[in-house]
Amino acid sequence: MSEVKYLTEFYHLNEFQGLEGYKKNGGYVEAAKALKMKPEEIIDEVKKSGLRGRGGAGFSTGMKWGFLPKNNEPRYLLCNADEGEPGTFKDRLMMERAPHQLIEGMIISAFAINSKKSYIYIRGEYDYPIACVRKAIEEAYAAGYLGKNIFGSGFDHDMDVYVGAGAYICGEETGMISSLEGLKGQPKLKPPFPAVQGYLRKPTIVNNVETLAAVKYIIRDGAQGYKKYGTEKSTGTKLFSVSGNVMKPGNFEVPLGYPLKDLIELAGGMKPGRKLKAVIPGGSSAPVLNAEEAMKATMDYENLASLGTMLGSGAVIVIDDSQCMVDMLGTLTHFYHHESCGQCTPCREGTGWLDKIVHSILEGRGRLQDIDLLIKVADNMKGRTICALSDAAALPVLSFVSKFREEFEFFVREGRSQVKGTNYAQMHH
Amino acid sequence: MFQLSSEGLQAVKKELSRYETKDSAIIPSLFIAQKENNGWVSKDVVDHLSKVMEIPESKINEVFKFYTMFNQKPVGKYHVQVCATISCALVGARELSSHLCHELKVKHNEVTEDGRFTISRVECLGSCGTAPMMQVNDRYYENLTNESAMNILRGLK
Ligand SMILES: Cc1cc2nc3c(=O)[nH]c(=O)nc-3n(C[C@H](O)[C@H](O)[C@H](O)COP(=O)(O)O)c2cc1C
Ligand code: SF4
Ligand code: FES
Repeated sequence: MSEVKYLTEFYHLNEFQGLEGYKKNGGYVEAAKALKMKPEEIIDEVKKSGLRGRGGAGFSTGMKWGFLPKNNEPRYLLCNADEGEPGTFKDRLMMERAPHQLIEGMIISAFAINSKKSYIYIRGEYDYPIACVRKAIEEAYAAGYLGKNIFGSGFDHDMDVYVGAGAYICGEETGMISSLEGLKGQPKLKPPFPAVQGYLRKPTIVNNVETLAAVKYIIRDGAQGYKKYGTEKSTGTKLFSVSGNVMKPGNFEVPLGYPLKDLIELAGGMKPGRKLKAVIPGGSSAPVLNAEEAMKATMDYENLASLGTMLGSGAVIVIDDSQCMVDMLGTLTHFYHHESCGQCTPCREGTGWLDKIVHSILEGRGRLQDIDLLIKVADNMKGRTICALSDAAALPVLSFVSKFREEFEFFVREGRSQVKGTNYAQMHH
Repeated sequence: MFQLSSEGLQAVKKELSRYETKDSAIIPSLFIAQKENNGWVSKDVVDHLSKVMEIPESKINEVFKFYTMFNQKPVGKYHVQVCATISCALVGARELSSHLCHELKVKHNEVTEDGRFTISRVECLGSCGTAPMMQVNDRYYENLTNESAMNILRGLK
């Protein structure tokens, strides 16, 4: 089975980046069409399409929009382009290759939820995507697609870019709102959910880049047409970022429900002489699958949940049999410890302990009871904090230790990696 | 004492009126000032921004310390940030950053004697499919080998 280029149909064309080329290939047709519809009709169509958020949680987009209060209070649309989940690089592609596609999706979405102002919050390191999106916004203003009385509909909308400054936690929607407000990017307790009380305490819809871009296609093909791809509950296509030990890493668009093993093949398969050992199927926060599980997994929300993991952001991290799982877990515990915003004790302390324990094993100071200690610490971090980062840090640990316990035990006993044969210092430093 | 250039000052003023709240201008202004202060935010920078923005220092400090793109101490002319998170680690990113340190005779996060380079390991930069990679100041370099990375650094003016 090959790719289905639905959102990415014209990504190979350089001209698709600019307004002229974008318009030549169907650009802004759906925005013009949508602004003649009733906002409720659009929301209804999005609900019926089954579109689920592509940023990580997979929540129904139409339902989220439906949580907005039914009044005329100002509301904001916030596009999440912080893309910090390790292994994920699809939003970057979308902003580089098709910034107008995102803007068009946002104009339609903003009209549907009656928002006069939106921000695209882009991670600060994305210098080039930021430039692409800024240029496209300028072009859209010049063409009258943003600003006053868009397409003569009487609808006004302003759009701007806000540039982040390096903090994974700003990808969490309430952390992002804090950051946009000019504060530390610390998440806020929910409820109230942003749709009720978000940016500047006003109702705010936060959606991922890929989610908002998809809205254009729901208008183009209708909910029924959109649902042609995917499974009953996981509709549409999805961009998967495949990285790690494959021959041709990259982004691939396929229908949801696509077999993971075929996705690995699309990415060129394993390197010669190497065997698949494990896959993290949905970004670093998703529990790892062993090779056997990976071979039967399909890339939809339901199947991955049934295997105890998740689709997340669609980042597929492929690990081959030359890799040491203790070492790989060390990179993850380091990441979460570094990125915890420190507000909640279980997360702040827990991420610190996990990292310390894994590194003590790596550095040859581990004890056998440390392996169970890892499980205990991780268990205590779940479901008790302001945001999901704490769970996201705990889940990989639990899956690595339970599925590859023998490697952890070997490392403790021998002070070196079972796979590499060497100790940590010899491994890469 | 640090002072913004007149263009820098104009840019900060523009940011101050750009968003719904004045505080939202703190991050963009810190970027502007950091660029004019050899890539880091000193106490001077915060003092000066506080004055021109009419925002308390404590507030600016809180923001700048939270975000990793603001450097709290001097860095080399070229700040070389190698992603060492999982996808990059799987294809030799840590070996790469160690190699660069070895070649440039410097430890991670320190400045080379000639003031040109700082090598750091950082977290995922969204370039996981083109790993190993490094960000040198604003620019990404991808699909690196130890040799190609070193050649790029040698080629910088
Ligand atoms: C720690 C953490 C980091 C997150 N990072 C991102 C991110 O980088 N990009 C993103 O779109 N969503 C991210 N999310 C999910 C957002 O909180 C939110 O659910 C999403 O932006 C909603 O958009 P969607 O419904 O279109 O997916 C993150 C969540 C958590 C808990
Ligand atoms: S769970 Fe962690 S990252 Fe999230 S708010 Fe609490 S301390 Fe911050
Ligand atoms: S893991 Fe290195 S760029 Fe994403």
